[in-house]
Amino acid sequence: MKEAVPKKSKAAVDYSKWGYIFIAPFFIAFLIFQLIPLVSTFYYSFFEYYRSGLKVVGPNFVGLQNFVELFNSDLLKYLGNTLILWIAGFLPQIVISLLLAAWFTDIRLKLKGQRFFKTVIYMPNLIMASAFSMLFFALFSDNGPVNSFLISSGITTEPIRFLSTVWGSRGLIALMNFLMWFGNTTILLMAAIMGINPSLFEAAELDGCTPRQVFFEVTLPLIRPILVYVFITSMIGGLQMFDVPQILTNGEGSPDRMSTTLIMFLNNHLFSKNYGMAGAVSVVLFIICAILCIVVYFSLNSDHGKKKGGR
Amino acid sequence: MHSQTAEKVRKALVYIILALLTFLCLFFFYILIINSTRNNFEIQKGFSFLPGGSFGQNLTNVLNDANIPVLSGIWNSLIVSTLSAILATYFSALTAYGLYAYRFRFRKAAFVFILLIMTMPTQVSALGFVNLITSVKLDDSLIPLFLPSIAAPAVFYFMYSYMESNLPMELVEAARMDGSGEFRTFNSIVLPLMKPAIAVQAIFTFVTAWNNYFMPALLISSNDKKTLPILIASLRSADFLKFDMGKVYMLITIAIVPIIIVYILLSRFIVAGVTLGGVKE
Repeated sequence: MKEAVPKKSKAAVDYSKWGYIFIAPFFIAFLIFQLIPLVSTFYYSFFEYYRSGLKVVGPNFVGLQNFVELFNSDLLKYLGNTLILWIAGFLPQIVISLLLAAWFTDIRLKLKGQRFFKTVIYMPNLIMASAFSMLFFALFSDNGPVNSFLISSGITTEPIRFLSTVWGSRGLIALMNFLMWFGNTTILLMAAIMGINPSLFEAAELDGCTPRQVFFEVTLPLIRPILVYVFITSMIGGLQMFDVPQILTNGEGSPDRMSTTLIMFLNNHLFSKNYGMAGAVSVVLFIICAILCIVVYFSLNSDHGKKKGGR
Repeated sequence: MHSQTAEKVRKALVYIILALLTFLCLFFFYILIINSTRNNFEIQKGFSFLPGGSFGQNLTNVLNDANIPVLSGIWNSLIVSTLSAILATYFSALTAYGLYAYRFRFRKAAFVFILLIMTMPTQVSALGFVNLITSVKLDDSLIPLFLPSIAAPAVFYFMYSYMESNLPMELVEAARMDGSGEFRTFNSIVLPLMKPAIAVQAIFTFVTAWNNYFMPALLISSNDKKTLPILIASLRSADFLKFDMGKVYMLITIAIVPIIIVYILLSRFIVAGVTLGGVKE
């Protein structure tokens, strides 16, 4: 067997051009659709360039003036809003998803109706975010079904004005994000746990491990790469949060722009064709993300190092 | 050792939590479906657990509303989402395989680069993207909505992780010895092994594209090119209180049904694919 396998160095010489060929489409698409647009976005951030009515002002080079203007606006408030909304949705999501994934894959529990539960919990994720948000707006409006139910069952006498209070609208946004994503995360984690060699679970059981021990000592360490993936995609999703608050508050982030996210702010500038300010917001967003990217990269990298060492 | 009663209590607790989550997931959609069968007057009058008889009327009202081109909206959304899912999963698997199976000079650099850009939201380059698409006269077209899916770093990373634990290189080397070309090896040996990962990622990419509202809203202007999210959003920006609520609930229902059909088709594939899962040790 051993002599039949070509030596590593030989294989590298023979096949390396296929590596380039296989990764080429990805990098070409990335260059055209993301890198070139990113460079031009940066470029615009240094220009006064906007439309007022039918008249186009600029592009005039103004240096860092757009950024000065940006930090004098409510940028930091919107950044805070975005983080609060993400965390409020992500914490319950990861806890519930880990529990469900462990339960569904636990051989000893032998849960009945698994297929049904899995289908149900994933369903909210299928719902178009804007449609879901529109639904919540209709259901939780001052004279909507939820309020009419609360009044007719005697829980309140006055309609609760969910969308006029800060934590009412933030709570609804977090609830929607939780409902939309916990099923998705559960399926992803389940796929990871099911990818673990069953003999490991059998061995743990033979050794007399409790379900808790199996979860923390066997399952959790082995699904770490997927957990990192879940965390990353959720963070991307959080920073990109737009559809739900945009539709729920009709782009106003009401009340008092307390649920306006960074992307809603960017969207406002893009929509009014203020390219200079939109560019500046993008650059700030890019810097925040670049910091996060580096943090994420190092956490992933240490993970890969460990894995290779283990082999 | 585990006692019988403790096991039973644990099981009961699990079922109670599952029942609660099921209720939370289904309740809002139950009201949605109920309200799509009731007319505006009935909806305004109050909440009901029982369906009304206006389903047909609401459907006709939505389909006949010239401001909401629903049928072309469904078609446009289907095209964009399907092509996005195919492009993203195929090219991500291809890229992952290129970096997993071959040793070449810039391999490490390419991998590091993709991981670094993975957390970068595409919105940071939205301004440049819109300008680029406008300058090549592709605004108000569906092409810029699915073509960029070829470069999907997060899908790539999932595929790569999956390959690390499920694709033994011995299999690839065996195929090479049988005289299989590199492309054929990828398409006929690697891709089938990747089915579970592809199925999961195809669902995610499809749903993401289906949900996408930000970029289509910035690019699409003509009515017959609009995707469903833009149509839904136009309801919200219209003067809401004057709207026929039966129509609103009906349009939301229409936006949900096609994707649930797609999901049911793919969910069988996924459950089977995940449990069959690749090569075992």
